Amino acid sequence: MSDNVYKPHIATVQEICLEAGGGRPIKTFTVQVDDPDSRRKFLHKPGQFTIVSVLGVGESVFAINSLPNEDGILQFSVMRVGNVTARLHELKLGDKVGVRGPYGNSFPVEDWKGKNVVFIGAGIGISPVRSVYQYVLCLENRKEYGDVTLIYGARTPADFAFKEEFEEYDRREDLELWRCIDWKFGPQGPVEASAAEGWMAANMKTPGDTDTKTCTANKFTCFVPQLVEVIEPPPENSIAVTCGPPIAIKFITQALERLGWKPDQIYTTLENRMKCGIGKCGRCNIGHTYICKQGPVFTYGEIKNMPNEF
Amino acid sequence: MAKTILKENLGGLFGKLSDHEIYGPVADGDKMFYRRIDEIPLTDFGNSDKPPKEVFFPQTETMFDFVPDGNKFVDYREPELSEKPILLFGVRPCDAKAMIYLDTLFGWDYIDPYYRKRRERATIIALGCDVPQKNCFCISMGGGPASGEGADMLWTDIGDRYLVESTGEKGDGILSAGGDLFEDAAPANTKAAKEKHEAAEAAVARSLDIVGLPEALEATFDSQYWEGFSKRCLGCGTCTLLCPTCHCFDINDIITMGKGRRERTWDSCQYPYYTLHASGHNPRPAKKHRQRNRVYHKLLYTVRNFDMTTCVGCGRCINKCPVNIDIIEVAEGAKDVAESAKEVALNV
Repeated sequence: MSDNVYKPHIATVQEICLEAGGGRPIKTFTVQVDDPDSRRKFLHKPGQFTIVSVLGVGESVFAINSLPNEDGILQFSVMRVGNVTARLHELKLGDKVGVRGPYGNSFPVEDWKGKNVVFIGAGIGISPVRSVYQYVLCLENRKEYGDVTLIYGARTPADFAFKEEFEEYDRREDLELWRCIDWKFGPQGPVEASAAEGWMAANMKTPGDTDTKTCTANKFTCFVPQLVEVIEPPPENSIAVTCGPPIAIKFITQALERLGWKPDQIYTTLENRMKCGIGKCGRCNIGHTYICKQGPVFTYGEIKNMPNEF
Repeated sequence: MAKTILKENLGGLFGKLSDHEIYGPVADGDKMFYRRIDEIPLTDFGNSDKPPKEVFFPQTETMFDFVPDGNKFVDYREPELSEKPILLFGVRPCDAKAMIYLDTLFGWDYIDPYYRKRRERATIIALGCDVPQKNCFCISMGGGPASGEGADMLWTDIGDRYLVESTGEKGDGILSAGGDLFEDAAPANTKAAKEKHEAAEAAVARSLDIVGLPEALEATFDSQYWEGFSKRCLGCGTCTLLCPTCHCFDINDIITMGKGRRERTWDSCQYPYYTLHASGHNPRPAKKHRQRNRVYHKLLYTVRNFDMTTCVGCGRCINKCPVNIDIIEVAEGAKDVAESAKEVALNV
């Protein structure tokens, strides 16, 4: 069947980057589709996802977090949590995987031109956000957008992904970078260990009172929602893009609302278990909304209208 | 113009259609299925235990074969699906109506090639229901025991012969293939069929009033109501697996004897693994969430997405449920809950 949507396109692993170690390590894979004629099919839009096969183990869904290109090159970040992700973590350079897609809707980056953009990633949720911040921050597109703020929180300093990229962003003048680590959940131990490395405690009760001037490195020990309230990004002419565990998304959006943001200014991307990725296998629905087809990108306004089934 | 065919000529017709793969209702033990047939199929049956959707969407099918060679992609091969035309004979009107939704779903923006390759080759002959079963409620779901909706032909048993009506090109194709086995229907034949239809319609004993139902379901999503009856649910999934409009599937890689295949298998929203994330999070962790999803999918979600109620009223989920969960009672109960919540709101 030449038109089989379920047929994985064979791709070769070109780069593997261990982003974070620990008990739930994250690796970013760069793969290229082998067949030159199929590569153009993989010109994705920021926010779309791909389904990756390890033959004999199965398929899993990942956000494509590289820049759109016509060379059939895709990047996706994988936290090792299940069968397929465990096998992906064993892959070596030159190994083959199968890729399908790209599927789903995308962030309306064209409509955002001229606006300020605030990116907020919590944990592995930074991966889908990366598909957009890379797009906005790449040299061709940066001038189209206003102020860019990048907020990223992880459990411990070791859990931060895309370290090289963030070192570069730290040096760039055309964006504001803020990071935080959970102030009490680090597997390495108590708060003091983190604080010693230059992470400043944020005022958890009244975040607005935190003195941001004394924290020159913009690194705090707090949860991401508190960091958002410390930074107080202004909602005027702005868009926020956030992703993370469901509980983080909930509190981040609440924090933004307290700062005067409207639900339709806040974008996020959802995920659910999927098998087909194309609206047939049934399981990814929240109410009548199929995340694979009508998502994965939604505004907070749209999410508020969904039934409570996250 | 309606035609007739003598029952004794059915074998002759199948002979003329020998280039077809013919499927019909057959008994296997005390259960009824749609299977490949060489002989005259059973026609005096209530309805099959398993719906005919499996002719186009098998319970398990191989999507492709491969040789599991480390992380290399070796010897990818898709199954060769037959090119022969398919005749699916003797489908009950409720199950024929279900095909309309399956066609829509498997063609929703992306075409499912496995379903489509079989479906586009098929002609469906619906056989009007003579004796509706005790839990049939097709009429209130927009169908009826003499509806040809979703089928290419509707046949009605009128004693020694069938009254035959074609609903389109594919049905006309069967008429021309049958040639003089089909005779023009006499007014008495049409009258006999009409009487049969009316008798069958009168015999459909149950009903579900779907007016206002989608709104009632939307209003009761967070209600405790869903917990009550779901407590006795065993989570067996029968209601969904045997539903003619349920289409959920799982995809798995299987390796046996050094050979690999990717398979898809019917799956059910009644199983906890269905929605379980790798992280351990489950958006529908309890039976009440899963039963609610089943009922909402049929009676609300497809109304919103495709403007169709996708319960066809075949009654299988009621007949087969080991703990007597009854979708009519459940839906009507939800309406009552929504109604009383409204009254409470008005009185406050």
